[in-house]
Amino acid sequence: MLAAVLSGLIVSILYIPFGKYLKDRLSICVSFLPIALFAYFASFIPTIRDGGHITFHYPWVPSLGINLDFHLDGLSLLFSLLITGIGSLVFLYAAPYLKGHRYLDRFYAYLSLFMAAMLGLVLADNVLLLFIFWELTSISSFFLIGFNNDNADSRKSSLIALGITGGGGFLLMAGLILMGHLSGSYSIQEMLGANEYLKGHALYGWILALVFAGAFTKSAQFPFHFWLPGAMKAPTPVSAYLHSATMVKAGIYLLARLNPVLGGTDYWMYPLVIIGGVTMLYSAFHSLFRTDLKAILAYSTIAALGILVFLIGIGTPESLLAASVFILVHALYKASLFLTTGVIDHETGTRDVTRLSGLRKVLWPLSIAGILAALSSAGVPLTFGFIGKDLIYEATLHTVGVLPIVLTALALLTNVLVLYAGFLAGIKPFTGPLPQNLTQVHLPNALMWGAPLVLALLGLLFGCLPFLADDALLNPAAHAMLQAPIGTSLKIWHGFNTVLLLSGITLVSGVLLYVIRKPSQRSLASIERFNAWSPRHLFGKVAQYSKAFSRRYTHTLHNGFLRVYLLRIIVFAVLLLAFRLFTGGPIRLTLDQLSPVSVYEIIVAAILIAAIFLAVTTSSRLTAVVATSVIGYCICLQFVFYSAPDLAMTQFSIDTLTVVLFVLVLFRLPPFLNLANRLTRIRDWTVASAFGAVISLIAIQVLNQPFDGAVSRFYGDNAYTLAKGKNVVNVILVDFRGFDTLFEIVVLSIAAIGVFSLLKLRLNASEKE
Amino acid sequence: MEIVLVLLIGILYASGIFMLLRRSMVKLLIGLTLLGNGANLLIFLLGGITKGKPPVIDTAAKLFTDVYADPVPQALILTAIVISFGLQAFAIVLLKRVYVLVNSDDLDDLNTPEEEDI
Repeated sequence: MLAAVLSGLIVSILYIPFGKYLKDRLSICVSFLPIALFAYFASFIPTIRDGGHITFHYPWVPSLGINLDFHLDGLSLLFSLLITGIGSLVFLYAAPYLKGHRYLDRFYAYLSLFMAAMLGLVLADNVLLLFIFWELTSISSFFLIGFNNDNADSRKSSLIALGITGGGGFLLMAGLILMGHLSGSYSIQEMLGANEYLKGHALYGWILALVFAGAFTKSAQFPFHFWLPGAMKAPTPVSAYLHSATMVKAGIYLLARLNPVLGGTDYWMYPLVIIGGVTMLYSAFHSLFRTDLKAILAYSTIAALGILVFLIGIGTPESLLAASVFILVHALYKASLFLTTGVIDHETGTRDVTRLSGLRKVLWPLSIAGILAALSSAGVPLTFGFIGKDLIYEATLHTVGVLPIVLTALALLTNVLVLYAGFLAGIKPFTGPLPQNLTQVHLPNALMWGAPLVLALLGLLFGCLPFLADDALLNPAAHAMLQAPIGTSLKIWHGFNTVLLLSGITLVSGVLLYVIRKPSQRSLASIERFNAWSPRHLFGKVAQYSKAFSRRYTHTLHNGFLRVYLLRIIVFAVLLLAFRLFTGGPIRLTLDQLSPVSVYEIIVAAILIAAIFLAVTTSSRLTAVVATSVIGYCICLQFVFYSAPDLAMTQFSIDTLTVVLFVLVLFRLPPFLNLANRLTRIRDWTVASAFGAVISLIAIQVLNQPFDGAVSRFYGDNAYTLAKGKNVVNVILVDFRGFDTLFEIVVLSIAAIGVFSLLKLRLNASEKE
Repeated sequence: MEIVLVLLIGILYASGIFMLLRRSMVKLLIGLTLLGNGANLLIFLLGGITKGKPPVIDTAAKLFTDVYADPVPQALILTAIVISFGLQAFAIVLLKRVYVLVNSDDLDDLNTPEEEDI
């Protein structure tokens, strides 16, 4: 299992060294990976059908609760098969579609990475592991969406997608950690036992809000839906893969997976039903106004995601079964429609639905795929979509109170609009007369029309023989969402009842709408007037203002002048220290312990002050250097007075060396220019004096504290007995703290190398000296 | 005497900071030296000052028999003096290079105009 999940990652890494050999004909070889994985997961079907599940456990970071735990049940199996199955077709399809593209190797590397991340996401049992894969899908989809990286729109769309899904992922992480922390385990299977505790906890609302934020951003729910139409900038195989079965279904998967842990309450149900309902109606309505085939499909995808969220929100056994059926239905017909669109775009060079018609005459196998998929999306009897739609009505009708009427009406309206979108994408390009400019179109490589045809035929097969998918996949998946048996199975024929009537109404009104309404550029323009109020526009504004704000903020704080930085740091330090000093109690000065003052000390101090004054005020560089050296010698004398002969010697020699170096290097420079005005000097003096005063006050405070000389006593007592030396300072430096001294020597050597190389460096030949 | 030293430390710190805030690179270096001296003196003072009793054990004895100055701050300051010399030597030579290249002692001349709207 681990190998299965990681194989995609490994393949994508192998593309770095070997990618260039797999560019042309060989690029198809990599399709064996998803095909093999599909076979591997299909081998689990018997176990799952018999009600079993499979668990794998590999410890990874046990101390943090992160383990490579994988759990395969009906829900995971359904998703795994979709990911690898549709993945296989997309891998095969992309080889001819992107033939000769200079980054084909990169494309497959991203795609393998994405597939591995998706598989890991649906198989992970540990929520932290799930989160890691969740983020990996965001990152790899960023590269896939922005694959045409020479196109500015494409880059922008991928950034938006990453921003939205990444931001949601951030919130999701908080929610998952909260869940794991409260329930005491990061394993989803173990959380199932703690579900009552979680639902009763005071933080339940927060958990729900955070998890919803993650799921809604990923699954493009209103008002975060706008990244999905933007993501249509990706190559069509990517759109087919990301938006039919994988990326956007990750949020649905998360909700389905957590339904038994968090679901079943009003707080779970109402947000999902409301957001799902708004999303499905809003985006199904939007698809009416699009003329780009991929944009139509994008909006109908969002509508389908809305339906799924809505069904999971209802939470009855019927609705969960309907959700699992609809996941499969939608994956089959939407992938098929996307792939069909890809062929049309590839062969005719346009995706504008108003300019496409009659393609059945030149692309006949493709027209079968497109029409079958459109019929399945419409829910015509004997297609799989019919069963899916029946179950949706079944689910909405079997709710309580006034909900049946409202929810059924909502579902009906959405289904009519989805049917219209499906017909527009799957039927409109193939029917009617063939325009003159499209007569030269010819059928592409068989892999390209074969892939959508296989998916469309599967839709027909499951529609005629629903039990094929039911026992093995859909019932176990719904079982996993509910954690209880579902009790109903899929049927083609339910008899004459309300559901059938509703299906009939949907079909008739949908077809009527298709016949009456023609897509046009004018209707597209009419909806674009509302752009100023669209969530996309608002998010764009927020991003724009926050960018402007951060730029201004950076320019103010980080303006490139060293002294401004220093000034801020010092002012802040002064304020902080002064606050602590004045709140920490009164400042006392005990005079009785102080040592007496002698005349020569006063004289040295006076010279020191005079030298400082000279160093600061002089306009001659040399005077300043000499004054600095006088300061150093005065401090050297202080060391002599107060029993530090080693310090005095070191200070004396170092000070001499510094002056020599200063004079040698700098004596040719011109005198100081007074660059600051009066006001700046006053400001700087104020800050500097304040800092000096604070330091003095701290020194006085410290002098009042009792002094514990334990460390000093240790060195004093042991200098001779342990280290055989009588000068304690030297013993500390070369023996007790010998390593420190060694590193000090290293630092000095590095400085010496730096000095030497700077002196020897000649940047250009004309430079003399 | 401690009060005099406290005053000296305050003056050293204040003038060091003032010099650090100047635009001239030489003044910046002098400020750095002043600040370093102030810090050394501060550590020295806070370790407790003792007159005429260096931390050296008598030739005849194996242990201290009298009070002695604290060796720990002295060891620390010794390290600090040497390291600050390394820093100063490097900074002085660096300043020299900059001067040769830019032909100015003004820090502001080192700022290249920022690229707007990358």
